[in-house]
Amino acid sequence: MNAQQQETLQQLLQQYRDLPGGLLPLLHAVQDALGHIPADAIPAIARAMNQSQAEVHGVIGFYHDFRTSPPAAHSLRLCRAEACQSMGSEALAAQLRTQLGVDDHGHTADGQLELRPVYCLGACACAPALQLDGQLHARVTPEKLSALLASCSKEAKC
Amino acid sequence: MLTLYIPMDSVACAVGADAVAAAFAAEAARRNLDIDIVRTSSRGLFWLEPLVEVDTPQGRAGYREVSPDDVASLLDVDLVANGDHLLSVGLVEQLPYLKTQQRLLFARAGITSPLSLEHYLAHGGYQGLEHAARLSHDEIVAEVLESGLRGRGGAAFPAGIKWRTVRQAQAEQKYVVCNADEGDSGSFADRMLMEGDPFLLIEGMTIAGLAVGASRGYIYVRSEYAPAIAVLRQAIDIARAHGYLGEDVAHGGHEFDIEVREGAGAYICGEETSLLESVEGRRGTVRAKPPLPALHGLFGQPTLVHNVLSLASVPLILSRGASWYRNFGMGRSLGTMAFQLAGNVRRGGLVERAFGLTLRELVFDYGGGTASGKPVKAVQLGGPLGAWIPPSQFDTPLDYEALAAIGAMLGHGGAVLCDDSLHLGQMARFAMQFCAEESCGKCTPCRIGSTRGVEVIERLLAAPDSAERQRQRALLDELCDTMQYGSLCALGGMTPFPVQSAMRHFPADFGLDTQEQAQ
Ligand SMILES: Cc1cc2nc3c(=O)[nH]c(=O)nc-3n(C[C@H](O)[C@H](O)[C@H](O)COP(=O)(O)O)c2cc1C
Ligand code: SF4
Ligand code: FES
Repeated sequence: MNAQQQETLQQLLQQYRDLPGGLLPLLHAVQDALGHIPADAIPAIARAMNQSQAEVHGVIGFYHDFRTSPPAAHSLRLCRAEACQSMGSEALAAQLRTQLGVDDHGHTADGQLELRPVYCLGACACAPALQLDGQLHARVTPEKLSALLASCSKEAKC
Repeated sequence: MLTLYIPMDSVACAVGADAVAAAFAAEAARRNLDIDIVRTSSRGLFWLEPLVEVDTPQGRAGYREVSPDDVASLLDVDLVANGDHLLSVGLVEQLPYLKTQQRLLFARAGITSPLSLEHYLAHGGYQGLEHAARLSHDEIVAEVLESGLRGRGGAAFPAGIKWRTVRQAQAEQKYVVCNADEGDSGSFADRMLMEGDPFLLIEGMTIAGLAVGASRGYIYVRSEYAPAIAVLRQAIDIARAHGYLGEDVAHGGHEFDIEVREGAGAYICGEETSLLESVEGRRGTVRAKPPLPALHGLFGQPTLVHNVLSLASVPLILSRGASWYRNFGMGRSLGTMAFQLAGNVRRGGLVERAFGLTLRELVFDYGGGTASGKPVKAVQLGGPLGAWIPPSQFDTPLDYEALAAIGAMLGHGGAVLCDDSLHLGQMARFAMQFCAEESCGKCTPCRIGSTRGVEVIERLLAAPDSAERQRQRALLDELCDTMQYGSLCALGGMTPFPVQSAMRHFPADFGLDTQEQAQ
């Protein structure tokens, strides 16, 4: 962590250390601010929350959302649960494999986009659905998926 | 002046509602037209979204699946006079899909603006709390008990009994925890309610706090629902600013406040004890019961844990009375249920009806069959742990006991349709894989059994001959048995339901012929 990140972390520790059961909100806040939970932040988090480092690691590892390495520029979460499967989400996954060479939990060769499966986004009446950089899209067709990907610029969020 | 109603529900927006609202504003400005765009919640008629409604002397007229490209042509016709347009669906409340529903919880859906306390109050909001404030704590509990309300989160346990247990527990601090994890695929009613009518949930939790003597509430929302989290947080601030949360919520010096907690992507955190662990800041592993959360829950204190829709039912029960509520439903399944039609369905959306309509009515009268137009192959009812039901059983009434009798369950009310292109052998494999991915790891039958389950199903599907199929099938049956009876919670315990129902009703998808099936 650089000095600025250190400072952000310290502020968040102050903000959450006294919140009952505050570890999850703290981890969310750190990840929102820094993009991930840096490994060298864990000792300070453990101290502030009065837990062992092993416990903090255990919590980070348990939840699918938390990550200890920086994310790709864009994140695509394709719903793979039953309602979306029944409307062709597996075909969309196959399209991503052939078009971008990206598989579940993987990222594109240029490291720009990462693909994560998700099991339901609450859009099941308009399946199939996906989230691109946090934005929900529903009734996704192969054409719509291609258009969405084409609109992803390298730097900005889609 | 032209008044338009356009939903701000996240799924309506995911199919373009925001863009349509912006296009109307821009086109009206270009034409120098005076229009008022009200962003409402969604009716839950998702097959029509983005659904744009217009105030007319006869009521609200609707236009379906509007895209920004349609805006100019819509403004060309006289919308107030119900002008002719290709996208017109007529008066929305006259649509059979909506007209035949019994909307109690979702009475305000599509009508009011989610964050308008004024709208909420104008449409019956806070009458339940007002009434509750005039009763004793025990009288509130008695009313909930009398209503017959059963938990909508899946287990269908009588709410009043839980309230009484928490009420009678002796402790300095008690809690109300709302389970808004809504992990079941095919389910979106909690999401709609939180995004669309947040004050209803807040009112329900406040009444619950008053009744059981809790001063703090938590709403645990899954992280996939970022818009719901944002709406709830704003609604809580608004309610607090108007004295509906805080130090004196019911004019008797009763304190109650609510905090929203965000999950972090773990299906098991919908299980109540795992959810409590998560709110406490730990890994979401399941706790053995007893002790019950009602006595030893959050931070070790007596805690009332309820699903979103259970809590949202309470204001109505208090304002209209338990006996009025009991008029809806059949047998021991009382009140209304929010059924959710999803997947390969022509008219997907929310159907709130009293318990007792049949699956056939739900799937065909409301849903209109599959979106693809191919025959309905099966419906998975009640989420990823629910059974696959074939059309031959569609006359079963939607009632907890009747479904249990055919080895199915209602769960959270989500119904996922599929047509005959879906391979149920693959879906059985998927159920095991889902369990393996989402297992909390505490007990062996679930943690290991699900991984072995994936392997056995793969071998079964690839088996070269009948003898091998029989061997794998016997192994799978035994494994399912171990999972069902040896698991600590329903994740491991119910994963066999989708697997075995798929095998029982669709043997061909497993390469099993009817004769093999019979053995
Ligand atoms: C694996 C598993 C997942 C669950 N997921 C949810 C959920 O997402 N939402 C919910 O309300 N209840 C869920 N439940 C049920 C809860 O454990 C609990 O019964 C419920 O929150 C009680 O509230 P109710 O009485 O209002 O139904 C789940 C249970 C299990 C075993
Ligand atoms: S059945 Fe699975 S999820 Fe439930 S307690 Fe056991 S390991 Fe955890
Ligand atoms: S199953 Fe994909 S959004 Fe619900």
